[in-house]
Amino acid sequence: MIALGQFLEVLIGGLMSGVLYSLVALGFVLIFKASGVFNFAQGAMVLLAGLALVRALDLLMANGFPFWAAIVLGIGFGAAIMATTAWLIERFVIGPLVNQDALTLFMSTIGATFIIEGAAEMIFGSDVYPLRLFPTDAWFVLEGLFPGGILVNKLDVWGGVIAGTLVAGLAIFFQWTKIGRALRAVADDHLAAQSVGIPISRIWFVVWLVAGLVALVAAIVWGTKLGVQFSITFLALKALPVLIIGGLTSIPGAIAGGLIVGAGEKIAEVFLGPSIGGGIEYWFAYVLALAVLLVRPQGLFGERIIERI
Amino acid sequence: MRAPDSSEVLLDVERVSLAFGGVKALRGVSLNIRKGEIRAIIGPNGAGKTSMLNVINGFYHPDQGAITFKGRTRARMRPFESARGGIARTFQNVALFKGMSALDNIMAGRTLKMRRGLLWQMLRYGPAQAEEVEHRRRVEEIIDFLEIEAIRKVPVARLPYGLQKRVELGRALAMEPDLLLLDEPMAGMNLEEKEDMSRFIIDVNNHYGTTIALIEHDMAVVMDLSHRVAVLDHGLKIADGTPDEVKKDQAVIDAYLGVAH
Repeated sequence: MIALGQFLEVLIGGLMSGVLYSLVALGFVLIFKASGVFNFAQGAMVLLAGLALVRALDLLMANGFPFWAAIVLGIGFGAAIMATTAWLIERFVIGPLVNQDALTLFMSTIGATFIIEGAAEMIFGSDVYPLRLFPTDAWFVLEGLFPGGILVNKLDVWGGVIAGTLVAGLAIFFQWTKIGRALRAVADDHLAAQSVGIPISRIWFVVWLVAGLVALVAAIVWGTKLGVQFSITFLALKALPVLIIGGLTSIPGAIAGGLIVGAGEKIAEVFLGPSIGGGIEYWFAYVLALAVLLVRPQGLFGERIIERI
Repeated sequence: MRAPDSSEVLLDVERVSLAFGGVKALRGVSLNIRKGEIRAIIGPNGAGKTSMLNVINGFYHPDQGAITFKGRTRARMRPFESARGGIARTFQNVALFKGMSALDNIMAGRTLKMRRGLLWQMLRYGPAQAEEVEHRRRVEEIIDFLEIEAIRKVPVARLPYGLQKRVELGRALAMEPDLLLLDEPMAGMNLEEKEDMSRFIIDVNNHYGTTIALIEHDMAVVMDLSHRVAVLDHGLKIADGTPDEVKKDQAVIDAYLGVAH
């Protein structure tokens, strides 16, 4: 029974960090679905959102604002920064490139990455800033079943709840609203979308804004776990295998992919680590992604690619 | 075909010029489109037909000249604004939303007609739901009209070319436009498909009273279909009138058959 208890503990911990990968992957999927652009800058946007939030919080608290007011204002400030970023990106990076091919747009987001990272650190500073929005202590559950119980981090539970709410909201937004339909239309064909009266610049602003807000949520959860720091941008790299596994165009895929990667790498580390040497966590996701590419190139949840010849 | 009684001008193009670098796509072209008519713009390859259409719906902005639509003259109009004003169009090379079904493509044409707020739509509740149902009803009418019931749930990328053109027409019709621009609606079609498409175009004009401006390469099709024909060649308008008048015009014959200079 000890083995099972330990397994569950590792599994739960893995799933919860998987939720965090999902949150970052979600930002990629949103922009890709809606504009056909692979947004390399998503990691930088998480950093920017986190820095804006944590610095605003520090400033407000230092000036004697009560905790809840500081949180509301701080999140508001973070959202405003992401809205400004979305507007600037639409106006100066993506907007002038309407009707260009996907690779051109991708390159432009690489440029945007460096500008966002540089600007974020220049304006908000480049230290490690701790963020405390949720309790991070542990719960022990199911003590009756397993000796010592199973350790669950409260932050992880919060992260799961937030991610779940976010995904449900986004799914409804995409499927059931006029803007959702317009977003899918723009992704398929810029010219045709314009001809039925979809204001493409406004739609792109909305997409980048939503991706920015998702980045803010990711920053809140990640920042609470690790502190807001530059290394957050590297998490974007972890999102790549998640996207390959889940499929670039699928919101549920981003979630499932994140959970698979999170749980898989933790389980592999703990149970395979001792026999083949540690450090599995660092490469496991990429090997898994390779395997998925061999079997199902469009990802587990991706749309089948149909090409007329 | 008998011209409609109305002589009210819906769209007036005045001395429009457009150049891409050294290439003069349009050189001081004037033409008008009357309410309720089928107006054809024809000409050989590179005559400036598609440029004219793109200027009318706002993809291009003319270097000189003015366009008056429904009595309002405008200088620079963006495509979504012209759509809002009541201009719908199709494309020479079919521009559909490839990942969506035929039904969703045509629904996309209703974008501008939807009024209810985001929140109601997200909740799928009350007035928003009634509105969605109403739009679906209109879209189903169009699907019946174009005889594409059987393919409504099929992703359009899988459809043969002729049917894709028909879905694209459906999407434009869903906008309930005042002016419908068709860019080579018969291009790449076989005879049977061409006849079907001609029938739809005439029916749209008769049933809904929609004003139609169409571009065609193929003279024969256009002559049967349209009330008035304008002929472009190398960015200049060389003739304008009823199909019979245009057919006899020496400049038109020269442009199409080529003439020794």
